[in-house]
Amino acid sequence: MQLKEVLDKYPQSEDYLIEILMDYQKHKMHHDLTEDELKTIATHLNIKESKVSSVVTFYSLFSLKPKGQHVIQVCHDVPCHVNNQPDVLSTLKTMLAIDIGQTTDDKMFTLEYTSCLGACDKAPAMRIGEKTFTKLTPNKIKAIIAEYRGRKHA
Amino acid sequence: MPEHKMLTKRIGDINPLSIKDAMEKGSYKQFKKALSMERIDIIDEIEKANLRGRGGAGFPMHIKLMSTAKQEATPKYIVCNADEGEPGNFKDRYLMEKDPHMILEGMLIAAYAVGASRGFFYIRGEYDQAISIMKWAIEEAKEKGLLGKNINDSGFDFEMEVRTGAGSYVVGEEFAMIESIEGKSGRTRVKPPFPTDEGVFGMPTLLNNVETYCNLPFIVEMGGNNYKKIGTPTSTGTKLISLSGNITNPGVYEVPFGTTIREVIDTLGGGVPSDRKIKMVQLGGACGPIIPEFMLDMQIDYERFEEFESKTGAGAIIVMDDRQDLFEVLLRIVKFFEHESCGRCTPCREGHVHLEKLLRKFFKHDGTPNELYSLESLARVIHQSSLCGLGQSSPISIISTLGYFRNEFHDRMAFDGGEES
Ligand SMILES: Cc1cc2nc3c(=O)[nH]c(=O)nc-3n(C[C@H](O)[C@H](O)[C@H](O)COP(=O)(O)O)c2cc1C
Ligand code: SF4
Ligand code: FES
Repeated sequence: MQLKEVLDKYPQSEDYLIEILMDYQKHKMHHDLTEDELKTIATHLNIKESKVSSVVTFYSLFSLKPKGQHVIQVCHDVPCHVNNQPDVLSTLKTMLAIDIGQTTDDKMFTLEYTSCLGACDKAPAMRIGEKTFTKLTPNKIKAIIAEYRGRKHA
Repeated sequence: MPEHKMLTKRIGDINPLSIKDAMEKGSYKQFKKALSMERIDIIDEIEKANLRGRGGAGFPMHIKLMSTAKQEATPKYIVCNADEGEPGNFKDRYLMEKDPHMILEGMLIAAYAVGASRGFFYIRGEYDQAISIMKWAIEEAKEKGLLGKNINDSGFDFEMEVRTGAGSYVVGEEFAMIESIEGKSGRTRVKPPFPTDEGVFGMPTLLNNVETYCNLPFIVEMGGNNYKKIGTPTSTGTKLISLSGNITNPGVYEVPFGTTIREVIDTLGGGVPSDRKIKMVQLGGACGPIIPEFMLDMQIDYERFEEFESKTGAGAIIVMDDRQDLFEVLLRIVKFFEHESCGRCTPCREGHVHLEKLLRKFFKHDGTPNELYSLESLARVIHQSSLCGLGQSSPISIISTLGYFRNEFHDRMAFDGGEES
């Protein structure tokens, strides 16, 4: 989706900044926001570019760096931790051959930590894009990653 | 004591994507009743009910309602806090995904009672499904004329929209949330003024938790005096509990206040799997105390929680069995707060980094009596001198375990059995 299309969806008022950034970033293949885009958004909302930058750096779901096409966020808070989260993480690291904070060479996957996803009753949990996966086991993870690899340009 | 299903009674029975279904099963009846009441009488019933906030701090709702209602400045706003970022809590997500119209009805009653004309439903950005469901529910309510101008020919106008977070726990704090709704970074403000005086865009704002609003239709229906018969004399009504950890049947349970933690764990949760023993239980979420097994007969009650210097009662119970290492758990908790600190005040911004360093020493069986002393005093300093509830409550897990599990700290010292100086 073009930035202009997203901007047109919202009232031209600075309190919609976070909504606009979230909406637009979701549609980008590598989930990042560029300086030029921030500038366009700032001009559109008639606010300082530095304000947009400070909002982008404050909230952890925004990124100025390109990520993999699928961002895998593994929950690492206590309810998941005591339910075999370490196994989940090591399976992911081995399968993707990357560590937390890294992106695979083919730019398909980025691995990150996330705070609690509110799925503690189905721990351990992770999120890929907008989808939350729960009650994870090493075997389930293998199936999920294979599925994402299979649909390459989904 | 068994479950007492009030808010959760029709869950499972209701289609969250159909306002028609919800209305056939009673939705918006109490709002329509409220429209025929005097505003002050609604607040009066809520005062009689003694409804206290379900988002953590337990503040009496009628006081906020009254101070928003009496403001002359307009427009007034109301905010629903659905940021639920506290690890171990998932009851608000459950309510949004299963019965969105119950929340909207509660908000409509509150909005009418205080004279608000616009509502913000703030949901954390990670809750994709809840966001879609609430947006859908709001659209359906608009179509039915339950949101918009001159609702039900009462002359009451009210519009509502969903706002989403973008990955920040501290935005759950009320002032940080107001900043975020205004499109800014979520850093708290110094109080007073309170949101009821100067909230969103500087206007009077009522801000409450999802579960708090959900109680309003029931109070309007049964009246405050009947409502307060549920629970204990000081903590009335029911509480949704998010039960997780090493537990046979994790999930959301609704119990009357006064239920003991042990009843929730054993009777509702089916105890710990594989007949293991409970080592410790964390209450409220990452910011709550960690208590040993022998304290589980404690009642779920606002007053009891305050004894831990912890205001938190969002209702998480995280069970940990005898395989779990206290220091691994404490490290996880401290790293959470280190990451989520907004950086505005020094004790919180710098303190958590240092707490982590100290805990690592004990984790590696390399603590010293001096470090135990530093850990304890640093935890107290952060607790007492931080600006907002994040830093004020983040060290509670450490402070409580230094009391209840002190011998584990001793066991983790470099010299076995090291004495405290
Ligand atoms: C760091 C921090 C995070 C908070 N997160 C939440 C939250 O996710 N949901 C919530 O309802 N209240 C949260 N609160 C409490 C709010 O500041 C506020 O007290 C509450 O939303 C008021 O609603 P209530 O009176 O209905 O509980 C948080 C407080 C702090 C200090
Ligand atoms: S206590 Fe922490 S989160 Fe709260 S204002 Fe201070 S630095 Fe920010
Ligand atoms: S702790 Fe992992 S989803 Fe809550």
